[in-house]
Amino acid sequence: MILEFTPDQQMIREEAERFLREQSSSQAIRRVVDTGSTHDVELWTSISRDLGWCAMAIPEEFGGLGLGATEVAILMELAGSRLACVPFWSTVCLAAPLIESAGSDEAKATYLGAIAAGEMAVTVAYADLSAADPSATVAVQAARTPNGYRLDGTVGQVVDLAVADMVIVPARLEDGATALFALPSSGGQVVTSLSVIDGTRPIASLELPGLEVAAECRIDSGAVTGDQFAKALRFANLGLAAEQIGAAQGAFDMTLAYISERVQFGRTIASFQAIKHRCAKLAVDIAEARSLVFGAAAAMGQADAGESALEICGARVVASELQFLAAEEAIQLHGGVGFTWEYDPHLYFKRAQASAALLGSCEAHMDKIAAAMFGDGGRP
Amino acid sequence: MSDLNAFRAEVRDWMNANLTGKFAELKFRGGSGEGDALPDLRKEWEQELARGRWTCPGWPAEHGGRGLSVAEQVVFQEEYSRAGGPGRMGHIGEGLMGPTLIAFGTEDQKKRFLPGILNGTEFWCQGYSEPSAGSDFGNIKTRAKQDPETGDWLVSGQKVWTSLAHLSDWIFVVARCEEGSVGRNGLIFLLMQLAQPGVEIHPIKQIGGGSEFNSVFFDGARAKAEDVVGQPGDGWRIAMALLGFERGISTLGQQMGFQQELDLIVEIAKENGADRSPAIRQRVARAWIGLRAMRYLAMRALSDEPSTETRREGLAYKYHWSNWHRDLGRLAMDVLGMDGNVVSEYPRRERLQQMFLFARADTIYGGTNEIQLNIIAEQGLGMPREPRGKL
Ligand SMILES: Cc1cc2nc3c(=O)[nH]c(=O)nc-3n(C[C@H](O)[C@H](O)[C@H](O)COP(=O)(O)OP(=O)(O)OC[C@H]3O[C@@H](n4cnc5c(N)ncnc54)[C@H](O)[C@@H]3O)c2cc1C
Repeated sequence: MILEFTPDQQMIREEAERFLREQSSSQAIRRVVDTGSTHDVELWTSISRDLGWCAMAIPEEFGGLGLGATEVAILMELAGSRLACVPFWSTVCLAAPLIESAGSDEAKATYLGAIAAGEMAVTVAYADLSAADPSATVAVQAARTPNGYRLDGTVGQVVDLAVADMVIVPARLEDGATALFALPSSGGQVVTSLSVIDGTRPIASLELPGLEVAAECRIDSGAVTGDQFAKALRFANLGLAAEQIGAAQGAFDMTLAYISERVQFGRTIASFQAIKHRCAKLAVDIAEARSLVFGAAAAMGQADAGESALEICGARVVASELQFLAAEEAIQLHGGVGFTWEYDPHLYFKRAQASAALLGSCEAHMDKIAAAMFGDGGRP
Repeated sequence: MSDLNAFRAEVRDWMNANLTGKFAELKFRGGSGEGDALPDLRKEWEQELARGRWTCPGWPAEHGGRGLSVAEQVVFQEEYSRAGGPGRMGHIGEGLMGPTLIAFGTEDQKKRFLPGILNGTEFWCQGYSEPSAGSDFGNIKTRAKQDPETGDWLVSGQKVWTSLAHLSDWIFVVARCEEGSVGRNGLIFLLMQLAQPGVEIHPIKQIGGGSEFNSVFFDGARAKAEDVVGQPGDGWRIAMALLGFERGISTLGQQMGFQQELDLIVEIAKENGADRSPAIRQRVARAWIGLRAMRYLAMRALSDEPSTETRREGLAYKYHWSNWHRDLGRLAMDVLGMDGNVVSEYPRRERLQQMFLFARADTIYGGTNEIQLNIIAEQGLGMPREPRGKL
């Protein structure tokens, strides 16, 4: 009834915040962005190996800490606020939940264990990551061969593919069922990094030109059902929403610091009511979005799945709106320097647009909610 | 949790058993925009609530309440609203006056005033705003002069926008007791009977046609010497503390009402075909999202140990819900289309029309939008304070 962090959650939050402030500084982000690197190697090693962040939500039986969505949302929020250049979301929110919901026992033991131990970055090659339901289409065909399968197809955009030690590929079998294949980075697939505007999250294309893989590469526990995908994608959306509100807060903090220093007309620009009100309005939107994200996280697994899914759709809508607003206000309130490469607002602005395009537009999520409210499956 | 469920069932059962017979007429009445509806019956209902010990359930037991936890109070509010419990005539007494007296009142004041609030027999209204003291509440001009013989205070001046003054017995008045003082200094917090010579109440007709609020004129009206809360000169502190007692618990009940309004909009849109418009569908979905967020926002703000974030969020709450509700009013009317313009007794439509009009007040009373944004910026974000002018 009262929604607050437990002392443990509070502690996770404070320690992660301190760590990221030091380790994911503006200079650290720029080392990645300006050199076109895929990620911050040192930061990723610390996060995955030393701090055990990847173990947070993985069940204890697979070597994880068995904590829940709230803890992951806390970390995602903070990672977002510093635009941490690491494959954390793809590994923990996109891939691990899919292995957990649809993987075979063996795959769970092997891969969830490796993720929890921080030994592996993993991503998923959904055919269309911009769709509200990316599992609805499959771009890769899988044909049985005497020793395993032959995979054929191309996926245009896979996030963190160039960093990942392994990619999970949903593929259509001849009988129409969907299977999951786990390919190590050395598996013979063709990975082509794309030059992207948001340099904080790498994207690459994946080509599977009739790639022969062993039968063991198939990791699902039998044909993957829509429910299994949906369950995994709820987690991915929640994590993304948390990251988005974090990025909004990061842009906002930077803006508040700048406007309280910058003097015009003999006073700080933060003293102008027009500016105060815009900041206050942003604080209201942050309150709305953060409440929904952490409310949805707490309700996940408690509320019924349909209700929870709608809350997460809602969280994505407010988080996407908020992230963009915070980033555009950051540019506007910085004035001319907000338009430069040297200052950070553009990093947040580009991330905002790129993130909003993932896993369903605001309109698509609202369509889903409306369909549930009107009980008509999406009438017009 | 199971205790809470049992408690929920208890409230539900009580409401089902008692909001019946003559009280059935009160279901869903007396809310936004019709605070003056069916006043006599709603006062009787307050006494019915009192018999069930459901007035002031959050007050400590030693003062006649049930000492309910925050979580239990939330459950009570939710079940009360879900059952269609009418707008509470006793709200100002229960939520504002009582807690203020419990915190700052003398033993004698508690003994004289708390029972009337608990029993649903004495009703209170709030005399803060004046023609020249709105957002700038410190600019109060109403004067209180002490009568040297009796020690009583003689009050002259005008209060305005005083909700339900015409249906109340008592008013708490903030007045200036030190000649020549300005702003927050030199104010006094007085408890005054309305039925006395020197008090005149004039209704003000409002946007929806009803008259929930009034002008209250004082011309040498009397507050007893023993009816000062705190010390003379200390009125600002008491007045501010009173506003702080509203912790937002009752707003979780208010949200039930919002949900009912949204449900009604969906129902009407399905009937009249407005649900075919993609734009309307998006706005309905966005309203649902905002309401969900509002619920969690309130639940986070109720934490006893707020962090920097949750404290900021608490400050944002009023702005969020009031603007959400105002937007909902417009959505309701857009869904009704031309029917929205036709006055009718058709209850579902009338409820939404009234809501559309009344919601305009949500962003004015209790601190306007602009004042809320100032508060969030200054207290929440630590931005510079507004300069004061000299006019
Ligand atoms: C339905 C209703 C019920 C009410 N009930 C009561 C009651 O029971 N008791 C009571 O005491 N009062 C009551 N009020 C009064 C209410 O508290 C005041 O209306 C409110 O505080 C605003 O004051 P004002 O009307 O004088 O507007 P003003 O203060 O004159 O404001 C006019 C406009 O100027 C803006 N403004 C003012 N100052 C600033 C600033 N510093 N920066 C930017 N913009 C500013 C405001 O935001 C507003 O938009 C009620 C009001 C309503 C509408």
